Amino acid sequence: MSHLTLRYRLNGNERADLVAGDETLLSLLRYRLDTTSVRQGCRQGTCGTCTVLVDGEPRLACITLAATCEGCAIETADSLPGSGGLHPLQQAFMDHFAAQCGFCTTGMLMAAKALLDVNPSPSREEVIDAIGGNICRCTGYEPIVEAVLAAATAARAGATPPAAHRHC
Amino acid sequence: MSESVKGNGAAKALRWVGTRAARPDGVDKVTGRARFGADLFAPNMLHGRVLRSPHAHARIVSIDVSGAEKLPGVKAIVTRDDFPEMPSEWSPLGELIVNYHDMTRNVMAREKVLYEGHPVAAVAATSPSLAKRALAAIEVEYEVLPHVLDPVEAMRPDAPLLHDHLFTAGVDPRPETPSNVAKRVQFGHGDVEEGFAAADLTLEREFDTRPVHQGYIEPHACLGSVSEDGQAELWVSTQGHFSVRGHCARLLGWEMSRIRVTAAEIGGGFGGKTVVYLEPLSLALSARACQPVKMQMTREEVFRATGPTSGAHVRVKIGATRDGRITAADAELVYQAGAFQGSPVQPGAMSAFAPYALDHVRTVGYDVVVNRPKVAAYRAPGAPIAEFAVESTLDELARELGLDPLELRLRNAAREGSQSSYGPKFGPIGMAATLEAAKAHPHYHAPLGPHQGRGVASGFWFNIGGETCATMNVNEDGTVGLMTGTPDIGGTRASVSMMAAETLGIPLERIRPIIGDTNALGYTFVTGGSRVTYSSGMAAVQAAEDIIGQVRARAARLWDIPVEAVEWQDGMVAPAGANAGEFDPMSLADVARVSGKTGGPIVGEVAINAQGAGPSFGTHIVDVEIDPDTGRVSIARYTAIQDAGKAVHPSYVEGQMQGGAVQGIGWALNEEYIYDEQGRLENPGFLDYRMPVCSDVPMIDTVIVEVPNPAHPFGVRGVGETPIIPPMAAIANAVEDAVGLRFTELPMSPPRVLRALDEQRERLQAQAAE
Repeated sequence: MSHLTLRYRLNGNERADLVAGDETLLSLLRYRLDTTSVRQGCRQGTCGTCTVLVDGEPRLACITLAATCEGCAIETADSLPGSGGLHPLQQAFMDHFAAQCGFCTTGMLMAAKALLDVNPSPSREEVIDAIGGNICRCTGYEPIVEAVLAAATAARAGATPPAAHRHC
Repeated sequence: MSESVKGNGAAKALRWVGTRAARPDGVDKVTGRARFGADLFAPNMLHGRVLRSPHAHARIVSIDVSGAEKLPGVKAIVTRDDFPEMPSEWSPLGELIVNYHDMTRNVMAREKVLYEGHPVAAVAATSPSLAKRALAAIEVEYEVLPHVLDPVEAMRPDAPLLHDHLFTAGVDPRPETPSNVAKRVQFGHGDVEEGFAAADLTLEREFDTRPVHQGYIEPHACLGSVSEDGQAELWVSTQGHFSVRGHCARLLGWEMSRIRVTAAEIGGGFGGKTVVYLEPLSLALSARACQPVKMQMTREEVFRATGPTSGAHVRVKIGATRDGRITAADAELVYQAGAFQGSPVQPGAMSAFAPYALDHVRTVGYDVVVNRPKVAAYRAPGAPIAEFAVESTLDELARELGLDPLELRLRNAAREGSQSSYGPKFGPIGMAATLEAAKAHPHYHAPLGPHQGRGVASGFWFNIGGETCATMNVNEDGTVGLMTGTPDIGGTRASVSMMAAETLGIPLERIRPIIGDTNALGYTFVTGGSRVTYSSGMAAVQAAEDIIGQVRARAARLWDIPVEAVEWQDGMVAPAGANAGEFDPMSLADVARVSGKTGGPIVGEVAINAQGAGPSFGTHIVDVEIDPDTGRVSIARYTAIQDAGKAVHPSYVEGQMQGGAVQGIGWALNEEYIYDEQGRLENPGFLDYRMPVCSDVPMIDTVIVEVPNPAHPFGVRGVGETPIIPPMAAIANAVEDAVGLRFTELPMSPPRVLRALDEQRERLQAQAAE
């Protein structure tokens, strides 16, 4: 299998990595770069757990070839906290108890971020649509939908979460 | 979105218990820092993979690993020859029991493979791709045998026999020939024939359900590491690391003290992660290679080789008087266990009629082996199947009697003092309270739209206690480290800490909870049976009380007064009165700071076998809408009502109720295993094994009823399992209400519903033509 040098931005940092032609983005991020926040749920492109953003679009890392991301900006959940603390989505997921086991959470957050980045005032239906490809087996989805709607409201109000949540 | 109905318990003012506090591990979960089963990496780590049977049933003639061994980078291979033969010996596993003779064969096939996906060899190599190549180089010769998948077919005398030495237990005399029927169980009291003779109306119905998978999103994963001196460490996603240690030690023939197991964060389990699959293989491979071995399943492997719950055939017969008193109830349950005995038919038979107070009741269950993966516990194991059948039949009975279905249930509801259908008398329970709450709920009286129907159903689950340890370390600054041994699968660090903070009278933030490894505290039973908030909560409360006793003694020493003269009030020690002396009250922090002068560190340790778990009852209301053109059943509105005893953290209680209801919706409407003629699973992925996604379900409304459990310091019952029981019958009852068709077979998937609707239309046309 041929290799090529992939130049891309990962969470704002310029990178160049040698990748195999058949290497998935999941494999690169998770197993070579230790980005374990990108979870592996199915490797069949069916559960949404490995959702990351590629140039702002939600993509399933497990069925995205790394080599197709040349020149792209890739965002994982690690990019979410800002200087003020947790991202409004993260804070809302905590406030609304949107994680039970927490395994689908990072993928859900990225799917929701993709929505809020282009649509700051989504309807309930638009939220349901945006996370429609992400399976959660624990919550029954309601707290997640509520959290995304609350995060949108908080982000519009310019609210930053309490600084107490940021010690690093 | 939720309302709460108070029971008969006197509520005292509580600062933490009953609040919606932030969970201590919340930030780790939303940042992705939390480390799950596959998130640990070790230096020199090898990658393990499993070779699995392509056949549903075959004798293993030979296994040749020589080709694989020669491959560079292959460091270890294990087969049946690497695991000792085990005697027939039963051991608890979650709410079920397993036999080590079977467990060793499930982990690694010995004489035969008994299902597609059954492990036959495992390899460890320097890369995942090398490990995969090594599997391809292993040659296994099979003698393919006829297989059987259906439990009723498997019971026939001419069915292919899975185990030559399986004789039906629980029948007298012991059968002379082996069969696939592992066990017969019977429960009940009274005389059902007498009861049916007194009935004005008797209904008898038969039901079929398919195996469904727990569907946790995190595949099984572990990292085992055995050093040259034989000391082993295992990192694993599990509901019970102490159980994993025990099972691995038995299967490998090692002393338990050699194995230290650490529970990773767990990405869902629902009962399915109480079983060992990869863990003993990873340790065996690591022991050979003297290198760490990481193993993780693919989604396909999860479906083909890990625990669904049983598919079943259930016959229910219920007799009642015209005024709706049940005179007799009888059920026969045939549950498929998968390849080895141990289906949840016993809890199914025990729970089938448990919501009702009956004079004459009998349930008979059969545990039947078939060529499918060995079933594992799944949320209230056995009960959803049995109660689907009973609650569906009750709905038909209500219809025949012209009674409101909630009213029929209320007239027969089990209450405090009723003899349960499985034996003991009930203490204070909330069955009737959930029915009353359902009757009073606006949902029950809301108008329905076209093609819509409404159904209700109730559910019962035992809940359990069991062996539980907790350690509480008071730090020098008065903060507290709380260690328990029950993996936190959905917010129990919060609920257990809240009860500890309440008892100690300190802010919740001053308690840092962790899940200790198997060397850090005493044996603790699994996260299962809805037991964690109950049992670990009880242990944590007792540890806090132990701390309080010690702190009083320390203060007594500092003040040189008798310990009886020291009081504990609002998180402070103080002299009991003027006679005790004039001393300023001291906080936990004040006492901790000088603990070196009063006897050393302050540590509370508790080891209990928690008794008195309180049964939990729930009643669900559902509105369905049926698309007459496609047969799709959609959920228009859903309300789940449940007695929690005490909701320590109402948001997580609601979360359990909502999550359980949605799993039940999947079971009712879409989820099923599809096998081909050769007994191979055709839908080992989420695309074809259709679990509910966000757009499939409405907001699940919740009502928490609180009838306190007197055995628990805060009245807790346990809530996790009951919510999955009512949905299947509630939905079937709603479908009948909508279109006049009774579905006795799950799932009520669009093709099945459309076929029934078409047949109904043909019948109506034929009648019109006549």
